[in-house]
Amino acid sequence: MDGIADMGGTRGWGPTHPPRIDEPVFEERWQGRAFALGILAIPVAGWNVDAFRHATERLDRTAYLDDGYYGRWLNSAELMLTESAILAPAAIDARARNLRGEHVEEPPTPEPARPGYAPAAEGSLRTVDAAPAFAAGERVRARDMSPPGHTRLPAYARGHTGVVELVQPAEVLPDTNAHFLGENPQYVYSVRFDSRELWGAGAEPFAVTVDLFESYLEKIA
Amino acid sequence: MTSDGSAEHLSPALRTEALEQLLTERGLVDPDAMDRLITRYETNVGPLNGAKVVARAWTDPAYRRRLLDDGTAAIGELGFGGPQGECIVVVENTATTHNVVVCTLCSCYPWPVLGLPPSWYKDPAYRARIVREPRTVLSEMGLELPGDVQIIVRDSTSEVRWLVLPERPAGTEGLTEEQLVPLVTRDAMVGVAKVEAP
Repeated sequence: MDGIADMGGTRGWGPTHPPRIDEPVFEERWQGRAFALGILAIPVAGWNVDAFRHATERLDRTAYLDDGYYGRWLNSAELMLTESAILAPAAIDARARNLRGEHVEEPPTPEPARPGYAPAAEGSLRTVDAAPAFAAGERVRARDMSPPGHTRLPAYARGHTGVVELVQPAEVLPDTNAHFLGENPQYVYSVRFDSRELWGAGAEPFAVTVDLFESYLEKIA
Repeated sequence: MTSDGSAEHLSPALRTEALEQLLTERGLVDPDAMDRLITRYETNVGPLNGAKVVARAWTDPAYRRRLLDDGTAAIGELGFGGPQGECIVVVENTATTHNVVVCTLCSCYPWPVLGLPPSWYKDPAYRARIVREPRTVLSEMGLELPGDVQIIVRDSTSEVRWLVLPERPAGTEGLTEEQLVPLVTRDAMVGVAKVEAP
C-alpha cells in the first residue's frame, strides 16, 4: 500500500540519530506493555502478522509517527481489535480517561467479528511443489504496481530492473494473507539493484537487495 | 473530544494501561504471558546471542562456512531461534564489501540473534535514507568507509532476516572465542559500525 510506512528513499526526515550506548530495550515501561499486548492480541483478534502490519501501514501520520515505534504497536493493536470487534471504537480512550479520574461512559462490548482465518502451519515458511520461476544470476524487473491493499513490494523498487542474487525459501504471500484471502506461498528472491538504476546517474555508487515475492517479478524479454 | 471538536492526545502510557485492563479483565490476555514476553526481550534475547555466533565464526572456520551457507541452521546449533528468525541469512563484511541492513517498510529485525531493534533502526530518517545515500548515512552515524568499498544495503521486505558477520579486527589474533564475544557490537552486526580491537 502506498502510504507513510513505505519510507524507502523518501525525503524530509532530517539527519539520522547516531547509536547510543546502553540504550534500554524499552525506554519507558508502557513500551514493553504495548509490545507484548500487540503480539498477544493478534490471536485474540484471529488475525495474522501480515494483517497486523497492514493495520500499521493504514495508520494516519499522527498515529504512525507521534508516539514512536511502540506507539505504532499500540495504535495498530487498537485498529485490529476494533475491526475484529473485540473492542468498541473509542473504548481505549474512554477507559484511559476513567483511569485518570474522569467519569465517562464506556461503550458496550461488541459481538466479536473475527475473520474466518486459520494458518496452514506455524510461521511464514512453506514448501511449494513448483520449481522457482527465476534463477540466481537472472535479470528480472519488479512490477510497476500500486495495489490499494497490503504489499511488500516497496515503491522505490517498482518498475526497476535487477539481478537475482539468492533464491530464498517459499513464504506465505503477505498481499493475500493480510486480507485473509489465502496463503498463496511463493518463492522469495533477493534481487540486487544498482543505485543508479533506482536513483539516477548522480546516485552514490552502491547496491540494494530487496526480498521480493515471485509474483512481484517479471522476466525480461 | 475536546470542546473545539479535536481529539485530545491521551498519553500512550495511559492508553496502553487502558488496553491492558480491557483485555485482561475479560481474560483475553494473560498478564503473566505479557511479563514473560517482556522479560524474554529485556534480559534473555539480545545482541549477546549474535556476538556468540560471530565469535564462533571467527574462531572456527568450519562453523563460519556453515553459517554463511545456512545461517538459520548454524545459528540454531548455538540454541538460538524463534520468532522473526525463521530464515536468517548471514552476509560477511570484508575489506572490500560492506553490508548494512534495514527494513524500509516497518522495522523487521533478526530478534533471535539481536533482540528488539534499537531506536536509530526504527527512525524514519534511517529507514528512508539508507537505501538512497548509504555512504552519507553511515558517515553521519560515525562510520567512514574507504571510497573503493562496495556497499550492499539489505532491505528486509520479506520474512528473510539479515545478520552481518563483521570483519574480525586486526590485533585480535591471540584472543579466544570467549574473549572475542564482548567486542562484537549490535551496531556492527547490523552494519553501521565496525568491530574495534580492544
